[in-house]
Amino acid sequence: MPPVDWDLAARSLGPIVLGAVRGTVPLAIVSFAAGMLVAVGVALARLSRHRVLSGAGRAYVSVIRGTPLLVQLFVVFYGLPSLGLVIDPWPSAIIAFSLNVGGYGAEIVRAAILSVPKGQWEAAHVIGMSHRQSLTRIVLPQAARVSVPPLSNTFIALVKDTSLASLILVTELFRRAQQVAAFSQQFMLLYLEAALVYWVICLALSVGQTRLERRLDRYVAH
Amino acid sequence: MSPTDSLLRVRDLTKGFAARQVLTSVDLNVAEGQVLAVIGSSGSGKTTLLRCLNGLEIPEAGTVQIADVTVDFTARPSPAALSRLRDRSAMVFQHHNLFPHKTVLDNITEGPQVVQHRPRAQVEAEALTLLNRVGLADRRGAYPHQLSGGEQQRVGILRALALRPQLLLFDEPTSALDPELVGDVLRLMRDLAEEGWTMVVVTHELQFARDVAHQVAFVDAGRVAELGPPSQVLGDPRQERTRQFVRRLLHPL
Repeated sequence: MPPVDWDLAARSLGPIVLGAVRGTVPLAIVSFAAGMLVAVGVALARLSRHRVLSGAGRAYVSVIRGTPLLVQLFVVFYGLPSLGLVIDPWPSAIIAFSLNVGGYGAEIVRAAILSVPKGQWEAAHVIGMSHRQSLTRIVLPQAARVSVPPLSNTFIALVKDTSLASLILVTELFRRAQQVAAFSQQFMLLYLEAALVYWVICLALSVGQTRLERRLDRYVAH
Repeated sequence: MSPTDSLLRVRDLTKGFAARQVLTSVDLNVAEGQVLAVIGSSGSGKTTLLRCLNGLEIPEAGTVQIADVTVDFTARPSPAALSRLRDRSAMVFQHHNLFPHKTVLDNITEGPQVVQHRPRAQVEAEALTLLNRVGLADRRGAYPHQLSGGEQQRVGILRALALRPQLLLFDEPTSALDPELVGDVLRLMRDLAEEGWTMVVVTHELQFARDVAHQVAFVDAGRVAELGPPSQVLGDPRQERTRQFVRRLLHPL
């Protein structure tokens, strides 16, 4: 095995971290935030008594979960232009990732809403709340606590999946590593370095998850 | 009592079909300031009857009138009609159903503030007065899971009172409590009765029914089998079913 080029490792860390800070992290945060809006919307559609609405929600989840993320990304970036719709790399990535996270998140949010006891809805109705008030003030806050662990999984998966955006020309962590690797021919070193940076980001997210759960646990009996 | 001075009037309330008939032509009157205790074995329909009074269950036929609001269930009532009916009453649940993510104080102020749009300062002051009265003012910042079962249920009652309803509905409020905690809750309910609140109480506490209620309804197989003052329904039942039920509750062995 050839000796490790520590000098290259140190010099390449800067561009890779910069790719994370300017690419991976904002891409993941914005996509996750938008994806959560999609998720709540689709979950409510699926739970709706309206059959067309719940059918549409079900179909959406089925399509998102039944097709590869890479294909979804390519449809948006390389496919839509043939319909005359040209979208830049960044917005393409955000659209594809949010729609994808929305599909997975919808099932989590739906299960979380269903886990809130029926008596909570009834208590809310009895003090005079409308359906919407009951949902936003009583049920969703309780569903939020239940959904933190599974949604954290989704978020962590998304952080890693953003590496796929390198294939539609978004300059993020992995693309930076690829560029340096192609230039220096030190593939093993650069890709392991990229892996390390992803791992550190995900470690930080796990810590954040634990803190958030502890904060939300103040009203849960143990 | 003539039906005209009733705060609560129930006419011909029917729920369920054919063999699965849960309630059959129930008629009830409760005058303002009176307490009606509803007794009966589990599955008799007494809880369903109570839940029809605020639309948590939708009966197939009959009318419910609380004060100035009448809902005829022959046609499916609109959400607006149900909401007006609900505004007239408040309910205390068997399992309190307090909001676990809100403090004791916020549980009580939620309805008055968010639904009735009353000013926060006023609502909070009222909530504190209520908490003081049951000796729980120092727990105002606690979350429901930090309270004992009896404390939870008393907060549940305060949450109902804070809405200033005209009618209080209780669904077996002490059935889920440890026996030594039942007294605190029953005493609070007795005090409310003495203050003149109009109440419908589904209960297994025969002593409470005898001492506090003005009327007792014995529900059996979805019908009001016997209705009258406690001295008669509990002391000298006319129906054999009532006699058996009362005897079993008083002498379980």
